[in-house]
Amino acid sequence: MNISTKKESTALVVTVSGRMDAVTAPEFEKSISDFITQGEKAFVVNLSGLEYISSAGLRSILACAKRLKEQSGKLIFSGLQGHVKEVFSISGFNGIFKIYESDAEGLKGV
Amino acid sequence: MPSTGHIKIPAVLENLQAITDCVSGAAAAAGFLPRRVGDMELALEEAVTNVFKYASPGNPGEIEITCATGGGKFSIEIRDWGKEFDITKLPDPDLSQNISERPIGGLGAYLIKRLADDVSYRRLPGLNILTLVFNLEIKKQ
Repeated sequence: MNISTKKESTALVVTVSGRMDAVTAPEFEKSISDFITQGEKAFVVNLSGLEYISSAGLRSILACAKRLKEQSGKLIFSGLQGHVKEVFSISGFNGIFKIYESDAEGLKGV
Repeated sequence: MPSTGHIKIPAVLENLQAITDCVSGAAAAAGFLPRRVGDMELALEEAVTNVFKYASPGNPGEIEITCATGGGKFSIEIRDWGKEFDITKLPDPDLSQNISERPIGGLGAYLIKRLADDVSYRRLPGLNILTLVFNLEIKKQ
């Protein structure tokens, strides 16, 4: 799994690629958690390069979302593809998160 | 069904990749499309990480995975010698809950049940046997 970030005016865009499984999901959670500690409150997470996600990844995402919600922060997703889109759908995550096609749309949705 | 893949290995997270590689290799050889192999990898990860976490906390035993194919089906049998744990009896999560209401976790068994075509569990003395069956879909292009 690779994580890269880009600071935009309304949010931090976090691009995640590779696999978010039981081994790598804690890295994602720690990364977002560190940014929250540093004061970031709005995130657009681009998953267009994420090939695979398991419940460990969903668990990390939900943990970050709960922490952000307590601080009136936002966690928005963009660019979901194939397998990841299917898993979000099965898990009902597409009902509890804002999901956009692109980062630009996601940034407008912040 | 003839066996097409087998691994017996300590039930620890560090071995997730070796287990996944064994099963996805067997599934690809059986003619499954990459997308369907992805579904299998996910169901498999959920099943084996449950064993890693709950079968024998603090004192991991072994896990044995045997794949078999035949009759248009591909089966993954997962054996462990830990505590009794029947995922087929777990209640489904409430997907209508919002971020604050949703408990952390509880989606793994649900994903297995949604992705596999059949899930069965047997408890023998000292032994859990979970079998996931996937129907071989017709290859497209």
